[in-house]
Amino acid sequence: MPDDAAPPTIAIRHAAVERSGRTVLSDLDVTLSERRIGVIGANGSGKSTFARLLNGLILPSAGAVSVDGLDTKRQAKEVRRRVGFLFQNPDNQIVYPTVGEDLAFGLKGRVPKAEIPPLVDATLTRFGLAGFGDRLAHELSGGERQMVALAGVMIMEPSWLVLDEPTTLLDLRNTRRVMAAVAALPQNVVLVTHDLALLDDFDRVLVVDEGRIVCDAAPAAAIAAYRRIVG
Amino acid sequence: MIAGLYRPGTSAVHRTRASAKLVALAVFGTVLLSLPSLWPGLIGIGLVGLGYVVARLPARSAFAQIRPALFVLAILFLAQLWLEGLAPAAILVLRFAALILAAGLVTLTTRAADMVAAIERLLAPLSHLGIDAGKVSLAISLAIRFIPAVAAVVEEVREAQIARGRSSSTLALAVPVIVRLLKMADAVAEAIDARS
Repeated sequence: MPDDAAPPTIAIRHAAVERSGRTVLSDLDVTLSERRIGVIGANGSGKSTFARLLNGLILPSAGAVSVDGLDTKRQAKEVRRRVGFLFQNPDNQIVYPTVGEDLAFGLKGRVPKAEIPPLVDATLTRFGLAGFGDRLAHELSGGERQMVALAGVMIMEPSWLVLDEPTTLLDLRNTRRVMAAVAALPQNVVLVTHDLALLDDFDRVLVVDEGRIVCDAAPAAAIAAYRRIVG
Repeated sequence: MIAGLYRPGTSAVHRTRASAKLVALAVFGTVLLSLPSLWPGLIGIGLVGLGYVVARLPARSAFAQIRPALFVLAILFLAQLWLEGLAPAAILVLRFAALILAAGLVTLTTRAADMVAAIERLLAPLSHLGIDAGKVSLAISLAIRFIPAVAAVVEEVREAQIARGRSSSTLALAVPVIVRLLKMADAVAEAIDARS
């Protein structure tokens, strides 16, 4: 049973992930409870798999992952409600034609029908998207689409937000806009990124290399370790 | 039904319930196809045109619905003209044109979520046959949402092929488009899992 009074915690115990006979992640044993956690590493190092492990999109082949006491294997639905996930490409995340409809998607069946429109409007306003409800998602700019995707995740009020390279496709202005919105969130955040400058104010940074966490430290020390690894 | 997508508005057509519009569309199509003369097609086009006026949609919106089908309609007309004569060819093309315009009117004046909810309600009795109305309606909304995304992928790949001097190769276009669409399908499925 989850302990809602305890601080949000993700516990990874002796976890490994194998896919198609290849070990993608191994020897993971780490507890995440800080408000801002960064994950860095080279392409193919296992960062994205690590991120997907946190909300049960990928299940460990060995060991266990639990979110606030909920096991990702046995309580996958509850885990996904607690861990929001923002993908790199918002085009793959927005499933309805208009912005308002997309925000309402996750609420269907969980919130009384009459409460959905005001909740959608309030969330749009909160993320600087007031008046966007009837806009067609495919007509928005990349930055606006990523904000819509973020709003679509946050309307579900998860206790964790995992972001997998959310600014890779964005210009500097929109990167700042998305990161300012993320910085203002009360939720715990795990950010996978190649943009090391985004991690300056973070509490903790994990460096993933060849499927293992090779450094777990404050941003400056972790980034220095990462630079040594990539040469 | 796919070219338009919803155009916000407050007209009587916009305010009509999605389920009523879908039933009206089904009845309209059935009546149109069951009357073998020129007049139903002409009256049908007139009625649909009136619907566009009431919905305060510009003529170009109506034309955008029929434009992608013009080539097919022309082939149908010529084939019928050759096989059956002028009157049957005109009847067939008028029927299809009226149906396409009517479906476009419904799409343009109905939010995808309302349409999907209506389809879900209409399909609900089929749950006894093992049909999951929720999954069917999600599939429909995804199809509507990803039409422009798929068009963008085709355009990007086409531009890349032109840049590499392969502007007329269908195979060179099809292979990367299919690969990208399959990857996109995987990513979308993953995102729906994450949000459900």
